[in-house]
Parts: sequence; structure tokens; C-alpha cells
Amino acid sequence: MKFLDEYRDGAAVQPLLEALRRRTTRPWTLMEVCGGQTHSILRFGIDQLLPPSIRLIHGPGCPVCVTPVAFIDKALAIAERPGVIFCSFGDMLRVPGSHSDLFRVKSRGGDVRVVYSALDAVQLALREPEREVVFFAVGFETTAPANALAAREALRLGLANFSMLVSQVRVPPALELLLASGAAQVDAFLAAGHVCAVMGTVEYLPIAARYHVPIVVTGFEPVDLLRGILECVVQLEEGRAEVANAYERLVPSGGNPTARALMAGVFQVVDRTWRGLGLIPRSGMALAEAYAQLDAEQRFGVSDLGGTDSPLCRSGEVLLGILDPQNCPAYGTRCTPEHPLGATMVSAEGACAAHYRYRRPRED
Amino acid sequence: MSELNLDCPLQLPFDTIQMAHGGGGRIMHDLIESMLVPAFSNPALEARGDAAVLDLDGRALAFTTDSFVVSPRSFPGGDIGELAVYGTVNDLACAGARPRFLSCALILEEGLALAELAHLVDSMRRAAVRCGVSIVTGDTKVVDRGKGDGVYINTAGIGLVPAGRRVGPKEVRPGDAVLVSGDLGRHGMAVLSVREGLAFDSPVVSDCAPVHLLAEALWTAGVEVHCLRDPTRGGLGAVLNEIALDSRLTLEVLEQEVPVSEPVASACELLGLDPLYLACEGRLVVFLPEPQAEAALAALRRLPEGAGAACIGHVLERGPAHVTLRTRLGTERILDLPSGAQQPRIC
Repeated sequence: MKFLDEYRDGAAVQPLLEALRRRTTRPWTLMEVCGGQTHSILRFGIDQLLPPSIRLIHGPGCPVCVTPVAFIDKALAIAERPGVIFCSFGDMLRVPGSHSDLFRVKSRGGDVRVVYSALDAVQLALREPEREVVFFAVGFETTAPANALAAREALRLGLANFSMLVSQVRVPPALELLLASGAAQVDAFLAAGHVCAVMGTVEYLPIAARYHVPIVVTGFEPVDLLRGILECVVQLEEGRAEVANAYERLVPSGGNPTARALMAGVFQVVDRTWRGLGLIPRSGMALAEAYAQLDAEQRFGVSDLGGTDSPLCRSGEVLLGILDPQNCPAYGTRCTPEHPLGATMVSAEGACAAHYRYRRPRED
Repeated sequence: MSELNLDCPLQLPFDTIQMAHGGGGRIMHDLIESMLVPAFSNPALEARGDAAVLDLDGRALAFTTDSFVVSPRSFPGGDIGELAVYGTVNDLACAGARPRFLSCALILEEGLALAELAHLVDSMRRAAVRCGVSIVTGDTKVVDRGKGDGVYINTAGIGLVPAGRRVGPKEVRPGDAVLVSGDLGRHGMAVLSVREGLAFDSPVVSDCAPVHLLAEALWTAGVEVHCLRDPTRGGLGAVLNEIALDSRLTLEVLEQEVPVSEPVASACELLGLDPLYLACEGRLVVFLPEPQAEAALAALRRLPEGAGAACIGHVLERGPAHVTLRTRLGTERILDLPSGAQQPRIC
């Protein structure tokens, strides 16, 4: 497959591994920020190929995992309403709120639908003028531009029956929190390639400088991941701490200005609670004033709803890279993909789900 | 509440049926093992074959049933009518049987166009002719509009297992090779693309087809077949996990040997799905002694529907009852039984 096979090729991987072995003289801990990278690393077994002194730890970049329980509860409350068509990306459906999940709401008669794009939900609202169509807008800076486009389109079409439940999040404030807290000893970051494809690299410059930590824009295929890892190691070995781009094939250093302008027009930066991590200043995006009429929280009166995480779920520590999923006492026993305690066990990008799926130790 | 209270209010047990209970993964497996198998417990059921093999006056009779609820009813490469025939024929073939007779029960929704029903019935007729089976009994029910999804079809089938054929997970041995008769995941992706209105440059066509001739070709070639399966719901991943559990052996799959067509692989990358868990409706998974693998592959490849046959792995000497995948990079990971149906990811 073009654009994929050449980045998964064993022959292309070997020189990078060889360079890594040559350049690594000390132990280094790198954090991959994005949940998509976590899944790639475990799926391809990248960690098994690295020199033993390089340790990868998983970061907070799973949009499903960090969506607060309160927002899941709001989603459930809206989806239960008669007359509502609740549209969501597929992997939100199994995420547990306080008492239920969207699949269960569906099984009790709620009209919950999987869409592939927010614009699909706008089209649905156009086709079903008698129904209230609500789109669950979650994700990092990767999903925000397309979701913003949908909001703009809904206003342009004058759709009175379309609204959005918005829980968008931003990566840089979470990295700052992680570094400022000193929770995990991270020597360098693999920044999330697709987030940077939108945002560029400029936001990371002050973080790299302040905390003296290399931040390397990294992709998701084996060759991309190893290039990012190698760049981190080279910088660390040379005592440098710079923002670098090891995913140039997709990420221009300036990102995508059109997408950013779209986001800036529709969303405003707000403080946001992250599931497992708590409130992080300026880490979220909500609808701007001009789009307030699309706010599903207001329309359905669910602003005050809020639930809490299971006290048994230690996803916060997993998201900060402090706790390896397999060291959580609930892992694989009281917490499984079928009966998750937290979102890290169900999301396609969750670290616990990735370990369970690809590495779960089995009883003989 | 003590810290060790197991009745955590946030953990959500299933008290109603979810779509995942029919998804071919662990949730469905748990329902079958915890409710159905204990309720109906008997040796034929507990053999856990695609069809039950029964001793009837000294002759081995294979008996199976399957219901078809696919939406949309027509998809690139087939429709629910032919699927209903091939599905049951394939389950019989995987029990080592020669399929002979089928039943056909139709559950029709009020308002269904008669012309569409006639088209589907003709599909069934043609599929039956292709498989050399007769549809000898049936039933017709109509439900109120809104209480069905157009057409549901149940077929049951019987066939005779020739003497000397003994297949099933318990016959799988360390050292066996694992073969597939063609590329994987076509049916699942073909249905998904129509259902979700996804347009791809090269349309994905279902592999919907009978596998009884492929199975027969193996017997004719004289190879010692240990186990046959058609990887439907849950795909190859689910089938291999079931066999690992039932045989209590470790299976190893070699990723680079698993055939997946370019359109299916591309669509999976786009949607964040794994082709190894997508349904096939015309493929055979074969376990047999490794030294006979080449002869078996040659026999399969002589038929057009087996042209893409490949050896994708083997059964290890010992180890835990699970499936491992040796990746293209030479690393190793688990190929797990999926939980329910796969969900497209966010980004």
C-alpha cells in the first residue's frame, strides 16, 4: 500500500535501529504523547526493537480517555431524550459515564448513531428537520477544525435543529502540567504528529526552552516513530533540547493556517477538566459567543450535570505516564474492555486497552 | 463501602442485550458459554463445531443452523438470499460434511416489495443449485411494519460426513500449519462501505461464496485435515482464538503471510479497523500437518475461489492457549479475541 508499506518495511527500519544503538550511551525515558502512537508502538512491537536503555512511557493524548465523566453523563442525558438523534464518533460509545454508556442508552431506545465526520451530522439535521440532531464534538486539535467547519456550516444553513456537545482539548497545556508537576521523569517527548499538522510547532518552543526538554514531532508508522525516537536520543546525547520535526512528510512547521483560522473563529480557549487529571487551565475549547446558539449543554439544560470517576480507576496515573497499565491492580481483572472502570481501557487509543489487546499476560 | 467491595457502582454489568452480544467477540462468546451451552448441555453441542455431528444409525450426520439479518440486503458481491444458503452450506462443509438439504424460514416485514422478495428467493434458488443442495422445507412469518428490517432469513442444513473424516478444534496438533483459502475481510468491508455510505476508489466486493468445493478438494488431495472453519463474524482473529481455546494450544500467525487485498487494507487504515477481525463469507481456514501444507495449497489453488490460498501460521509445540502474531518487523504481540464489533476510531 502506497505511503504505508515503505514506512513499515523491515529493511527501512534496520538503519534507524542501528543508528539508535550507536548513539545511545545512557538510559533515556521518552514519552509518546498521542494514544495513536501508543497503539502503533504496541501493535508493531517498536519497544521490543529499541536498545534496552531506552524506555517509552505512554502520554495523555487519548481524546476519548480524557473526556470528563461529566461530559459523558451530559451526552447520556441528551441521548436519552425522545426526538434526539445523538451522533458520535464510534469509539465514544463504550466509554462509561457514572451509570451507563451510549451503547446502553441505544439498547434502551435512544437514537445513537456513529458518524465519521461532524458534517455527516449536519447533513442528518438537514434531512431530519423534525428531530434534534446533536453531535458529540470531542478530540484534540486534530478533530477541532472539521468540527468547527460543521458548526460554521450549520449556522450558514440556518439549522435550528443542530447542536454540539463540545469537549475539545489542547495538547500543550497538558504537557506543561506534566512537566511542571514532575510526576513522570520524562527526558523527551514524541509530539503528536497529527496535532502538529494543524497547529505547527510554535506552541512547543517555550515548553522545550523552559523545561530543557526535546520535543520531536513524530508520526505513527514504524519508520516515523523510530525517526522521532532517534532525533530525541541524538538531542539528549548532545545535551540539546529543541523542537524538531521528524514527520516532515506530513507536518509543515507552520501547520495548517486555514484550519487554525477556522478553529479560532468557532471555538474559544477555556479551562477544562480532563478525566483522570483534573482541571487544566486553558486546556480546552468551547464554542465562541457567536456560536452559542449551537451549544447543546444550554439547549438541553445539562450544564450542571456531572459525575465522578471510579475510585478504583487509576487512569490519571496512566495518562501521566506514572503507572504502567499492567501494574494497575484492576488491570485485566476488575477492569477489562468488556467491563471498563475508565476510558483508558475502552478507547482505541487508550493505553490500558492497547496493553490488554496486544500484550495482556495470559494465565496458562 | 470497603475498598475491596466488588459491587463497584461504576462498573457496568450487562442486564440487557447489547449489539456486542452478536458481534462475534468475547462478549458474545461469554453469553454462549455462560447461558446457552450450560442450558442445552450435551456432547454434540460441547464439541463446539460449526455444525453438530450426530451419529444416526451408524452414519455421521452434520446439522447446523444460521440466521441472516444483514443490512443492507444487497451489497457488492452478493445479497442476503445467497448468503443464507452459502452460510449454512459452509458450516456443514467445515464439519467435513457433504451438504445435502436446507430449510428456509423467512421473517418478512409488512410492506416489503414482493419484487424484492422474488429477487432474493431467486438468489437462494441459484445459490442452492450452485451448491448442489435442495431447499426441502420452510416457514413464512410476517411481522408488523417497523418490527423487522425487511427480511430476516434462517436456514438450517444437513449433510453426511463420509467415513474417516474427523475434524474439529480438538483434532488440532502442535506442528499443524494454518492455511487460509484467500484474502481476508472483504465481506465485512463491503457491507460496511454500503451501510455507511463510504465511497472508495476501488469498491470492495464481498467474498460471499460456498467453500464446500474447497473442502472437498482437500479430501480428494488426500491430506490429513484436522480442522476447518469459515471465519465469519469476528473474522480470522475470532476463529483462531476459539480454536486456541478449544484445543488449548498456542497459534502463531505470520503477519506478512496474511493475504489482505489492497482496497480492504486501505479502507481499514482509513477507518482504524483491523482486517483480521472483519468477516469473510467465502473463505476457509484449514489446520493440517505442516508437511502436507504445500499439497493442500496446491489443491486449493486449483479452484478459482482458492486462487489466493496461503499458509499464514502454525500451531506451536506448547504454550498458553492464545494466538500470537509475528509482525513484519519480527516483533511479537497477542492477536486477541475482540470484545464486540470494531468501532471506527476518532482520529
